Amino acid sequence: MKANYGYHDGSGDFFITIDSNLCTGCVECISSCPADVLEMITDDYDDVVAAVKDEHRKKIKYSCAECKPVDEQPPLPCVAACEPGAITHSW
Amino acid sequence: MTTEYWRWKEYNWKNPDIDWKDAKNITVGVDVGSVSSQAVIMTDGELYAYSNMRTGSDSPESAENALDWALKDTGMTLDNILYAVGTGYGRVNVPFADRAITEIACHGRGANFMYGPTVRTILDMGGQDCKVIQVDEKGKVQEFLMNDKCAAGTGRGMEVFADLLEIPIEDIGELSFQVDEEPEPVSSTCVIFAKTEATGLLRQGWPKNDVLAAYCSAMALRVVALIERVGVEEDFAITGGIAKNAGVVKRLTGYLNLEALQPKHDTQIAGALGGALFAQTLAVKEGKVPS
Repeated sequence: MKANYGYHDGSGDFFITIDSNLCTGCVECISSCPADVLEMITDDYDDVVAAVKDEHRKKIKYSCAECKPVDEQPPLPCVAACEPGAITHSW
Repeated sequence: MTTEYWRWKEYNWKNPDIDWKDAKNITVGVDVGSVSSQAVIMTDGELYAYSNMRTGSDSPESAENALDWALKDTGMTLDNILYAVGTGYGRVNVPFADRAITEIACHGRGANFMYGPTVRTILDMGGQDCKVIQVDEKGKVQEFLMNDKCAAGTGRGMEVFADLLEIPIEDIGELSFQVDEEPEPVSSTCVIFAKTEATGLLRQGWPKNDVLAAYCSAMALRVVALIERVGVEEDFAITGGIAKNAGVVKRLTGYLNLEALQPKHDTQIAGALGGALFAQTLAVKEGKVPS
Protein backbone atom coordinates (compact mmCIF):
# COMPACT_ATOMS: atom_id res chain seq x y z
CA MET A 1 0.00 0.00 0.00
CA LYS A 2 1.25 3.45 -0.89
CA ALA A 3 0.40 5.99 1.79
CA ASN A 4 0.55 9.67 0.85
CA TYR A 5 0.92 11.81 3.96
CA GLY A 6 0.67 15.57 3.68
CA TYR A 7 -1.53 18.05 1.89
CA HIS A 8 -2.24 20.19 -1.13
CA ASP A 9 -2.81 23.88 -0.52
CA GLY A 10 -2.54 27.20 -2.33
CA SER A 11 1.27 26.97 -2.33
CA GLY A 12 1.60 23.50 -3.78
CA ASP A 13 1.70 19.74 -3.16
CA PHE A 14 3.49 18.51 -0.06
CA PHE A 15 3.31 14.76 0.28
CA ILE A 16 5.65 12.10 1.65
CA THR A 17 4.81 8.74 0.10
CA ILE A 18 5.65 5.55 1.95
CA ASP A 19 5.18 2.25 0.13
CA SER A 20 4.37 -0.42 2.70
CA ASN A 21 5.00 -3.14 0.11
CA LEU A 22 8.65 -2.03 0.03
CA CYS A 23 9.09 -1.01 3.69
CA THR A 24 10.85 -3.79 5.61
CA GLY A 25 10.31 -2.22 9.03
CA CYS A 26 14.07 -1.75 9.53
CA VAL A 27 13.51 1.63 11.32
CA GLU A 28 16.63 3.23 9.72
CA CYS A 29 14.54 6.17 8.50
CA ILE A 30 13.24 6.96 11.99
CA SER A 31 16.64 7.81 13.43
CA SER A 32 17.82 9.50 10.23
CA CYS A 33 15.20 12.25 10.44
CA PRO A 34 16.46 15.37 12.27
CA ALA A 35 12.91 16.67 12.72
CA ASP A 36 11.56 13.42 14.18
CA VAL A 37 8.80 13.27 11.58
CA LEU A 38 8.59 9.50 11.16
CA GLU A 39 7.38 6.69 13.38
CA MET A 40 6.57 2.99 13.11
CA ILE A 41 2.91 2.03 13.11
CA THR A 42 0.89 -1.15 12.79
CA ASP A 43 -1.41 -0.40 9.87
CA ASP A 44 -4.98 -1.64 9.32
CA TYR A 45 -3.69 -4.80 7.67
CA ASP A 46 -1.38 -5.57 10.63
CA ASP A 47 1.83 -4.64 8.79
CA VAL A 48 4.45 -2.81 10.86
CA VAL A 49 5.57 0.05 8.64
CA ALA A 50 7.01 3.57 8.75
CA ALA A 51 4.56 6.47 8.70
CA VAL A 52 4.54 10.25 9.07
CA LYS A 53 3.49 11.24 12.58
CA ASP A 54 0.03 12.70 12.81
CA GLU A 55 1.21 16.01 14.25
CA HIS A 56 3.45 16.63 11.20
CA ARG A 57 0.94 15.80 8.47
CA LYS A 58 -0.57 19.28 8.29
CA LYS A 59 2.75 21.15 8.46
CA ILE A 60 5.08 18.80 6.62
CA LYS A 61 6.37 21.57 4.36
CA TYR A 62 7.77 23.28 7.46
CA SER A 63 8.79 20.12 9.34
CA CYS A 64 10.95 19.04 6.39
CA ALA A 65 12.32 22.52 5.64
CA GLU A 66 15.74 22.06 7.22
CA CYS A 67 16.57 19.18 4.87
CA LYS A 68 15.47 21.19 1.85
CA PRO A 69 17.69 24.25 1.42
CA VAL A 70 16.91 26.35 -1.65
CA ASP A 71 20.30 25.80 -3.28
CA GLU A 72 22.39 22.63 -3.53
CA GLN A 73 19.97 20.27 -1.90
CA PRO A 74 21.81 17.25 -0.45
CA PRO A 75 20.08 13.84 -0.60
CA LEU A 76 17.24 13.68 1.91
CA PRO A 77 18.35 11.67 4.98
CA CYS A 78 15.14 9.62 5.15
CA VAL A 79 15.25 8.78 1.44
CA ALA A 80 18.97 7.94 1.62
CA ALA A 81 18.48 5.78 4.73
CA CYS A 82 15.77 3.69 3.10
CA GLU A 83 17.51 0.88 1.29
CA PRO A 84 14.46 -0.56 -0.49
CA GLY A 85 13.46 2.94 -1.68
CA ALA A 86 10.08 3.01 0.04
CA ILE A 87 10.12 6.77 0.78
CA THR A 88 9.60 9.57 -1.76
CA HIS A 89 8.84 13.28 -1.43
CA SER A 90 6.57 15.16 -3.84
CA TRP A 91 8.41 18.50 -3.52
CA MET B 1 -36.53 31.87 13.29
CA THR B 2 -33.86 32.07 10.65
CA THR B 3 -33.72 29.15 8.25
CA GLU B 4 -30.54 27.13 8.43
CA TYR B 5 -30.06 26.30 4.76
CA TRP B 6 -26.99 24.16 5.39
CA ARG B 7 -28.91 21.86 7.75
CA TRP B 8 -29.25 18.55 5.90
CA LYS B 9 -31.77 15.96 6.99
CA GLU B 10 -30.88 13.15 9.37
CA TYR B 11 -32.40 9.71 8.77
CA ASN B 12 -32.36 6.00 9.56
CA TRP B 13 -33.29 2.91 7.59
CA LYS B 14 -33.79 -0.80 8.13
CA ASN B 15 -34.12 -3.71 5.74
CA PRO B 16 -37.70 -5.03 6.14
CA ASP B 17 -36.81 -8.38 4.51
CA ILE B 18 -34.34 -9.43 7.21
CA ASP B 19 -35.23 -10.95 10.56
CA TRP B 20 -32.11 -10.41 12.62
CA LYS B 21 -33.16 -13.07 15.12
CA ASP B 22 -32.18 -15.71 12.53
CA ALA B 23 -28.70 -14.22 12.13
CA LYS B 24 -25.57 -15.66 13.67
CA ASN B 25 -23.08 -12.90 12.99
CA ILE B 26 -24.35 -9.45 13.97
CA THR B 27 -21.87 -6.58 13.84
CA VAL B 28 -21.83 -2.81 13.75
CA GLY B 29 -19.57 -0.17 12.22
CA VAL B 30 -19.71 3.37 13.57
CA ASP B 31 -18.13 6.20 11.62
CA VAL B 32 -17.78 9.33 13.75
CA GLY B 33 -16.88 11.93 11.16
CA SER B 34 -16.12 15.61 11.55
CA VAL B 35 -19.59 16.65 10.37
CA SER B 36 -21.76 13.52 10.32
CA SER B 37 -21.84 10.18 12.15
CA GLN B 38 -23.23 6.91 10.85
CA ALA B 39 -23.91 3.51 12.36
CA VAL B 40 -24.35 0.48 10.10
CA ILE B 41 -25.58 -2.90 11.36
CA MET B 42 -24.81 -6.03 9.35
CA THR B 43 -26.30 -9.48 9.79
CA ASP B 44 -24.51 -12.46 8.20
CA GLY B 45 -22.85 -10.31 5.55
CA GLU B 46 -26.00 -8.37 4.66
CA LEU B 47 -26.86 -4.74 5.27
CA TYR B 48 -29.57 -4.69 7.92
CA ALA B 49 -29.93 -1.14 9.25
CA TYR B 50 -28.22 2.24 9.35
CA SER B 51 -28.50 5.77 10.61
CA ASN B 52 -26.95 9.06 9.58
CA MET B 53 -26.88 12.11 11.84
CA ARG B 54 -24.81 15.16 12.69
CA THR B 55 -21.77 14.74 14.92
CA GLY B 56 -22.14 16.74 18.11
CA SER B 57 -19.39 18.25 20.23
CA ASP B 58 -19.15 15.03 22.24
CA SER B 59 -17.74 12.14 20.14
CA PRO B 60 -18.68 9.24 22.45
CA GLU B 61 -22.22 10.58 22.69
CA SER B 62 -22.43 10.99 18.89
CA ALA B 63 -21.38 7.36 18.44
CA GLU B 64 -23.98 6.19 20.95
CA ASN B 65 -26.73 8.33 19.41
CA ALA B 66 -25.98 7.02 15.92
CA LEU B 67 -26.11 3.41 17.16
CA ASP B 68 -29.31 3.99 19.16
CA TRP B 69 -30.99 5.44 16.12
CA ALA B 70 -29.92 2.59 13.85
CA LEU B 71 -31.26 0.13 16.48
CA LYS B 72 -34.56 2.00 16.84
CA ASP B 73 -37.65 -0.20 16.31
CA THR B 74 -35.53 -3.27 15.52
CA GLY B 75 -35.83 -4.87 18.97
CA MET B 76 -32.07 -5.38 18.85
CA THR B 77 -29.81 -4.10 21.62
CA LEU B 78 -26.05 -3.64 21.98
CA ASP B 79 -25.97 -7.05 23.74
CA ASN B 80 -26.96 -8.76 20.47
CA ILE B 81 -24.00 -7.26 18.63
CA LEU B 82 -20.94 -9.51 18.56
CA TYR B 83 -18.36 -7.07 17.29
CA ALA B 84 -18.19 -3.29 16.90
CA VAL B 85 -15.66 -1.32 14.86
CA GLY B 86 -15.14 2.42 15.26
CA THR B 87 -13.84 4.54 12.38
CA GLY B 88 -13.54 8.17 11.28
CA TYR B 89 -12.06 11.16 13.10
CA GLY B 90 -13.65 10.11 16.37
CA ARG B 91 -12.83 6.39 16.06
CA VAL B 92 -10.88 6.20 19.32
CA ASN B 93 -13.86 7.71 21.14
CA VAL B 94 -16.43 5.02 20.33
CA PRO B 95 -17.14 3.61 23.83
CA PHE B 96 -18.53 0.23 22.74
CA ALA B 97 -16.01 -0.47 19.95
CA ASP B 98 -13.89 -3.64 20.05
CA ARG B 99 -11.43 -2.15 17.60
CA ALA B 100 -10.67 1.13 15.80
CA ILE B 101 -9.79 1.00 12.09
CA THR B 102 -8.90 4.03 9.93
CA GLU B 103 -11.57 5.45 7.66
CA ILE B 104 -9.25 4.87 4.67
CA ALA B 105 -9.38 1.08 5.07
CA CYS B 106 -13.10 1.19 5.94
CA HIS B 107 -14.01 3.28 2.90
CA GLY B 108 -12.12 0.85 0.68
CA ARG B 109 -14.00 -2.11 2.07
CA GLY B 110 -17.35 -0.29 2.17
CA ALA B 111 -17.08 0.90 -1.43
CA ASN B 112 -16.20 -2.63 -2.53
CA PHE B 113 -19.54 -3.78 -1.03
CA MET B 114 -21.54 -0.81 -2.33
CA TYR B 115 -20.17 -0.68 -5.85
CA GLY B 116 -18.96 -4.23 -6.40
CA PRO B 117 -15.47 -5.73 -6.89
CA THR B 118 -14.74 -3.78 -10.10
CA VAL B 119 -14.24 -0.48 -8.26
CA ARG B 120 -10.57 0.55 -8.23
CA THR B 121 -10.55 4.27 -7.45
CA ILE B 122 -12.71 5.80 -4.73
CA LEU B 123 -13.07 9.48 -4.08
CA ASP B 124 -14.46 10.15 -0.63
CA MET B 125 -15.72 13.68 -0.31
CA GLY B 126 -16.35 14.04 3.38
CA GLY B 127 -17.49 16.80 5.65
CA GLN B 128 -14.07 18.18 6.36
CA ASP B 129 -11.58 16.27 4.24
CA CYS B 130 -11.19 14.63 0.91
CA LYS B 131 -9.55 11.27 0.18
CA VAL B 132 -8.53 9.41 -2.92
CA ILE B 133 -8.26 5.65 -2.34
CA GLN B 134 -7.18 2.94 -4.75
CA VAL B 135 -8.26 -0.59 -3.91
CA ASP B 136 -7.90 -4.11 -5.27
CA GLU B 137 -10.79 -6.47 -6.09
CA LYS B 138 -11.23 -7.27 -2.39
CA GLY B 139 -11.42 -3.64 -1.32
CA LYS B 140 -7.91 -3.70 0.19
CA VAL B 141 -6.20 -0.32 -0.03
CA GLN B 142 -3.35 -0.09 -2.55
CA GLU B 143 -2.75 3.65 -2.35
CA PHE B 144 -4.35 6.56 -0.57
CA LEU B 145 -4.07 10.29 -0.32
CA MET B 146 -5.92 12.41 2.17
CA ASN B 147 -6.24 16.16 2.20
CA ASP B 148 -7.47 17.28 5.57
CA LYS B 149 -5.77 20.62 5.88
CA CYS B 150 -8.23 22.72 3.96
CA ALA B 151 -12.03 22.82 3.69
CA ALA B 152 -12.05 23.46 -0.06
CA GLY B 153 -13.65 20.50 -1.83
CA THR B 154 -15.52 19.30 1.25
CA GLY B 155 -19.08 19.24 2.52
CA ARG B 156 -18.30 22.04 4.95
CA GLY B 157 -17.48 24.31 2.01
CA MET B 158 -20.84 23.48 0.43
CA GLU B 159 -22.63 24.25 3.71
CA VAL B 160 -21.03 27.71 3.72
CA PHE B 161 -22.37 28.36 0.21
CA ALA B 162 -25.85 27.06 1.06
CA ASP B 163 -25.96 29.59 3.86
CA LEU B 164 -24.57 32.46 1.83
CA LEU B 165 -27.00 31.97 -1.05
CA GLU B 166 -29.94 30.94 1.13
CA ILE B 167 -30.54 27.75 -0.82
CA PRO B 168 -31.26 24.39 0.90
CA ILE B 169 -28.12 22.26 0.56
CA GLU B 170 -30.03 19.39 -1.10
CA ASP B 171 -31.10 21.67 -3.98
CA ILE B 172 -27.66 23.04 -4.88
CA GLY B 173 -26.70 20.38 -7.42
CA GLU B 174 -29.85 20.68 -9.50
CA LEU B 175 -29.98 24.49 -9.42
CA SER B 176 -26.33 24.81 -10.45
CA PHE B 177 -27.32 23.48 -13.89
CA GLN B 178 -30.10 26.03 -14.36
CA VAL B 179 -27.83 28.63 -15.94
CA ASP B 180 -27.87 30.25 -19.40
CA GLU B 181 -24.19 29.64 -19.85
CA GLU B 182 -21.67 27.75 -17.71
CA PRO B 183 -19.70 30.45 -15.86
CA GLU B 184 -15.97 30.44 -15.14
CA PRO B 185 -15.16 28.66 -11.86
CA VAL B 186 -14.43 30.94 -8.88
CA SER B 187 -10.67 31.38 -8.78
CA SER B 188 -10.14 30.88 -5.05
CA THR B 189 -9.64 27.36 -3.76
CA CYS B 190 -9.96 28.47 -0.14
CA VAL B 191 -13.57 28.39 1.12
CA ILE B 192 -13.25 31.71 2.94
CA PHE B 193 -11.84 33.48 -0.11
CA ALA B 194 -14.32 31.73 -2.41
CA LYS B 195 -17.13 33.10 -0.24
CA THR B 196 -15.66 36.60 -0.50
CA GLU B 197 -15.42 36.18 -4.27
CA ALA B 198 -19.01 34.92 -4.46
CA THR B 199 -20.26 37.89 -2.44
CA GLY B 200 -18.56 40.13 -5.02
CA LEU B 201 -20.22 38.27 -7.89
CA LEU B 202 -23.66 38.65 -6.27
CA ARG B 203 -23.03 42.38 -5.90
CA GLN B 204 -22.23 42.54 -9.61
CA GLY B 205 -25.66 41.10 -10.26
CA TRP B 206 -24.84 37.45 -10.95
CA PRO B 207 -27.88 35.16 -10.50
CA LYS B 208 -27.55 32.78 -7.55
CA ASN B 209 -27.53 29.72 -9.79
CA ASP B 210 -24.53 31.06 -11.70
CA VAL B 211 -22.63 31.54 -8.45
CA LEU B 212 -23.51 27.98 -7.48
CA ALA B 213 -22.29 26.71 -10.84
CA ALA B 214 -19.03 28.66 -10.47
CA TYR B 215 -18.46 27.20 -7.01
CA CYS B 216 -19.40 23.61 -7.95
CA SER B 217 -16.91 23.65 -10.83
CA ALA B 218 -14.18 25.19 -8.65
CA MET B 219 -14.70 22.41 -6.13
CA ALA B 220 -14.62 19.78 -8.87
CA LEU B 221 -11.42 21.23 -10.35
CA ARG B 222 -9.69 21.26 -7.00
CA VAL B 223 -10.53 17.63 -6.38
CA VAL B 224 -9.38 16.67 -9.88
CA ALA B 225 -5.89 17.96 -8.95
CA LEU B 226 -5.84 15.62 -5.94
CA ILE B 227 -7.11 12.63 -7.92
CA GLU B 228 -4.50 13.15 -10.61
CA ARG B 229 -1.73 12.99 -8.02
CA VAL B 230 -2.73 9.37 -7.36
CA GLY B 231 -4.13 8.63 -10.82
CA VAL B 232 -7.51 7.19 -11.76
CA GLU B 233 -7.98 3.58 -12.58
CA GLU B 234 -11.55 2.66 -13.52
CA ASP B 235 -14.06 1.79 -12.23
CA PHE B 236 -14.43 5.05 -10.41
CA ALA B 237 -16.82 5.71 -7.52
CA ILE B 238 -17.58 8.59 -5.21
CA THR B 239 -18.57 8.25 -1.56
CA GLY B 240 -19.48 10.78 1.13
CA GLY B 241 -22.05 13.54 1.23
CA ILE B 242 -20.89 15.44 -1.86
CA ALA B 243 -21.55 12.31 -3.95
CA LYS B 244 -25.22 13.34 -3.64
CA ASN B 245 -24.53 16.72 -5.23
CA ALA B 246 -24.90 16.28 -9.00
CA GLY B 247 -23.53 19.79 -9.54
CA VAL B 248 -20.11 18.66 -8.36
CA VAL B 249 -20.26 15.02 -9.51
CA LYS B 250 -21.22 15.73 -13.14
CA ARG B 251 -18.60 18.46 -13.52
CA LEU B 252 -15.96 16.30 -11.87
CA THR B 253 -16.58 13.28 -14.08
CA GLY B 254 -16.71 15.66 -17.04
CA TYR B 255 -13.23 17.02 -16.26
CA LEU B 256 -11.89 13.50 -15.74
CA ASN B 257 -13.70 12.31 -18.85
CA LEU B 258 -15.13 9.20 -17.22
CA GLU B 259 -18.32 7.94 -15.59
CA ALA B 260 -18.82 7.30 -11.88
CA LEU B 261 -20.55 4.08 -10.80
CA GLN B 262 -24.12 4.42 -9.55
CA PRO B 263 -24.33 3.71 -5.82
CA LYS B 264 -26.53 0.86 -4.58
CA HIS B 265 -26.75 2.38 -1.10
CA ASP B 266 -26.51 5.75 0.62
CA THR B 267 -23.05 7.15 -0.20
CA GLN B 268 -22.59 8.61 3.29
CA ILE B 269 -22.56 5.20 4.99
CA ALA B 270 -19.51 3.84 3.12
CA GLY B 271 -17.11 4.23 6.08
CA ALA B 272 -19.43 2.73 8.69
CA LEU B 273 -20.38 -0.04 6.26
CA GLY B 274 -16.70 -0.89 5.80
CA GLY B 275 -16.33 -0.93 9.59
CA ALA B 276 -19.25 -3.36 9.92
CA LEU B 277 -17.69 -5.58 7.21
CA PHE B 278 -14.33 -5.64 9.00
CA ALA B 279 -16.27 -6.50 12.17
CA GLN B 280 -17.94 -9.45 10.38
CA THR B 281 -14.51 -10.89 9.57
CA LEU B 282 -13.01 -10.09 12.98
CA ALA B 283 -15.95 -11.65 14.85
CA VAL B 284 -15.30 -14.94 13.04
CA LYS B 285 -11.52 -14.69 13.46
CA GLU B 286 -11.79 -14.06 17.18
CA GLY B 287 -14.25 -16.93 17.68
CA LYS B 288 -17.23 -14.80 18.70
CA VAL B 289 -19.67 -16.31 16.23
CA PRO B 290 -21.51 -19.39 17.55
CA SER B 291 -21.16 -22.30 15.15
